[in-house]
Amino acid sequence: MSGEAQVSLSEVVRRYDGPPVVQALGPISLDIKCGEFFSIVGPSGCGKSTLLDVVAGLVRPSSGSVRFEGKELHGEVPDGIGVVFQEDSSMPWLSVRDNVAFGLRTSGLSKQEAATRVDHAISFMGLSQFAGHYPAQLSGGMRQRVCIARTLVLKPRLILLDEPFGALDQQTRLLMGDELLRLWRETGATVLLITHALDEAAMLSDRVGVMSARPGRFIDMVETGWPRDRDSRVISDAQFGALTARLWSSLRAESLKTLGRAA
Amino acid sequence: MSELSFDNTQKLSARRHFRAFDAIVVVLLMLTLWQAIGSWTQGVAVSPPLPTLVYLAGLLGTPMFWAHAAATLEAFLLAFVLSALIGLLLGLIFGIRRFAGEVAEPILAGFYTIPKVTLYPVVLLLFGLGMSAKVAFGVMHGLVPMTLFTLGAVRNLPPVLVRTARVMRLSPGRTMRWILVPACLPDIVNGLRISFSLSLLGVLIGEMFSSQRGLGFLLVNGMAQHNVRLSTAVVTVIVVIAIAANTLMLRLDRRFARRSDTAG
Amino acid sequence: MTRRHAALFVRIAILTSLVALLEIGCRLGFIDTLTVIAPSDMVASMADQIRSGDLDASIVTTFSTILIAFALAVVLGTALGALIHRFARLRDVADPLLASYYSVPTFIFYPLLVALLGLGKAPLVVLGILSATPAVVISTLSGLDSVAPVLMKLARVHRLTPARTLTWIVLPAVMPHLFTGFKLALSYALIGVIAGEFILSGTGLGYAISYAYQSFDNRAMYGVMLFVLLVAVTANGILYVWEGRLARRRSRG
Repeated sequence: MSGEAQVSLSEVVRRYDGPPVVQALGPISLDIKCGEFFSIVGPSGCGKSTLLDVVAGLVRPSSGSVRFEGKELHGEVPDGIGVVFQEDSSMPWLSVRDNVAFGLRTSGLSKQEAATRVDHAISFMGLSQFAGHYPAQLSGGMRQRVCIARTLVLKPRLILLDEPFGALDQQTRLLMGDELLRLWRETGATVLLITHALDEAAMLSDRVGVMSARPGRFIDMVETGWPRDRDSRVISDAQFGALTARLWSSLRAESLKTLGRAA
Repeated sequence: MSELSFDNTQKLSARRHFRAFDAIVVVLLMLTLWQAIGSWTQGVAVSPPLPTLVYLAGLLGTPMFWAHAAATLEAFLLAFVLSALIGLLLGLIFGIRRFAGEVAEPILAGFYTIPKVTLYPVVLLLFGLGMSAKVAFGVMHGLVPMTLFTLGAVRNLPPVLVRTARVMRLSPGRTMRWILVPACLPDIVNGLRISFSLSLLGVLIGEMFSSQRGLGFLLVNGMAQHNVRLSTAVVTVIVVIAIAANTLMLRLDRRFARRSDTAG
Repeated sequence: MTRRHAALFVRIAILTSLVALLEIGCRLGFIDTLTVIAPSDMVASMADQIRSGDLDASIVTTFSTILIAFALAVVLGTALGALIHRFARLRDVADPLLASYYSVPTFIFYPLLVALLGLGKAPLVVLGILSATPAVVISTLSGLDSVAPVLMKLARVHRLTPARTLTWIVLPAVMPHLFTGFKLALSYALIGVIAGEFILSGTGLGYAISYAYQSFDNRAMYGVMLFVLLVAVTANGILYVWEGRLARRRSRG
């Protein structure tokens, strides 16, 4: 699979029929390589969440095509994709263990195999102590970890994250970023991260795509060049400052446009 | 996320066009149903819409009707005002004194679920027949919800408001007037609305058993005399008044809610 | 002792003292026993009537009517709630109706129901259904509203069938609201049926109270009254505690 793109978007456009007709996204063309850690940053309302929905198969593009592992998507989520949403999607009526095991209900795995995977995911995300707790008893960061663990058990080949750490404080975010990198290395999956935090994108990713204001298109593509075994301590590297500066210089004008529009 | 809001704005504008049309359709459907039941029972159980309205028009011209209406209004106003004031006071006390509130709330909630009709004979024995029994029935129904709503309003007050009042060194009176009461107002108005409907219900029930005056009595009297048009007409009047009052109070409620939303 | 236990203790103490006061007042003649009889007499009267089997027919009638009305209201209310939630236009029509529904005293239709359906179980069941169903509809709507949209997205990411989405995600998510609706339904059905029996019926516990009152048999009247109150408080109390237990898991523990 190396060399060939795992995810391929070609001239994807997403429109909303009005009145008035609004073009929310595109045209976007993008190839994400297998095993790559790719982030997207952009001003609010630029359509980055819509882009994630399109890649996941939750939403059909108005025109253009989306391909996952060579097959075109038609508004259905294909096998092998895991999604961590921005909002807390933990199920309040299930314990942490049952939440994590939820994804395996339809998998056809034997009970032992499922239990093994669940235990592994729970300990991998550092939740072993809380396996019997309910989401309401956990902090926001831990709940997101539950959601990530739940995605993990299915061994997805592509993991999509939509501003997963948006509701967390900065320090927790930095730590969660390290967790995400650990996950990425262990599973060998491709990661697509949507974030509004430039530093997060700069320190975590192999490549960052900068989106314009609505209708979102890519205005810059930045290769970070980080080694695979990185963590949040790259912020001390001079390269980090340069990357963040470049991202902001591309983004600033677009953000001002959005602000002007909102005001 | 932005996707949801786009889809919603388009759907909303279409819905607004349909709303007026649908409202008319519903009213027509209800009138048709009324007519159907009326004619199917040959006017023995229910009088159909048109004869009822004609009869009602005539009824509204008689002093007899207005005497009864006045009797109900008098009892109701007394019951409602008593329920509202006592309920407000009790609610404030139970809301502010947390422990008292914790003790009292299940008792009040329990009272709410009792078929109060079973206590009517007790009320009749205590108050005799007449006005005081009717008012007692009304208060019996209207007091508890008012108390519970006020209690809830005070209890759900964000503590930061009280802290703000202390930082600004406001006197207890000012704290109550400038901060507590305005903040609790939406829930209190809601409580008033429920209390209104229930006090009216209590007074009407009281009139059905224990009175020779009032709309409740008129209803039961109509049944006893097999005057179907009278009973249907009285039911219509009661329904219209109840819904009109409730709708009015809902509008009021919404205005208060909107204000507090922008402030909070 | 935790605060909750302390409150419970005080509550029991207050209620017990009120009953004791009433007892003493009646025994010592401060309270006219033609109006209110002593609590111990009420209990004795209730026990006598139950033991002698006098109340058996009334109990069976009333309870069966309430349960039928409750069951029908729950099924009808949940179905209607789901239907109304599904179609926005229907919802726009239904919302104002539901908001005004309980402001109209339902019992005023009861005499008309009797004229329509005769004296017997039918008008009482209908009255119970009319009283209870809207509460279930409102709770169902509230419950369905509360299902976070992200959970529906989750269902699609896990590629669940519509049936599984319903049973694995929607139903558990709305359960607390549904349960509240059922609790209210029992409450309103009970009140509606007994009120109906009291106003205009020939059988049932409500009628038994009314008949005793009109026969100046205060002792019998208070006995039945006590029984009805105990049943109401117990049934609602059980559901209330159950509801609290269900809710506690899901809210800030």
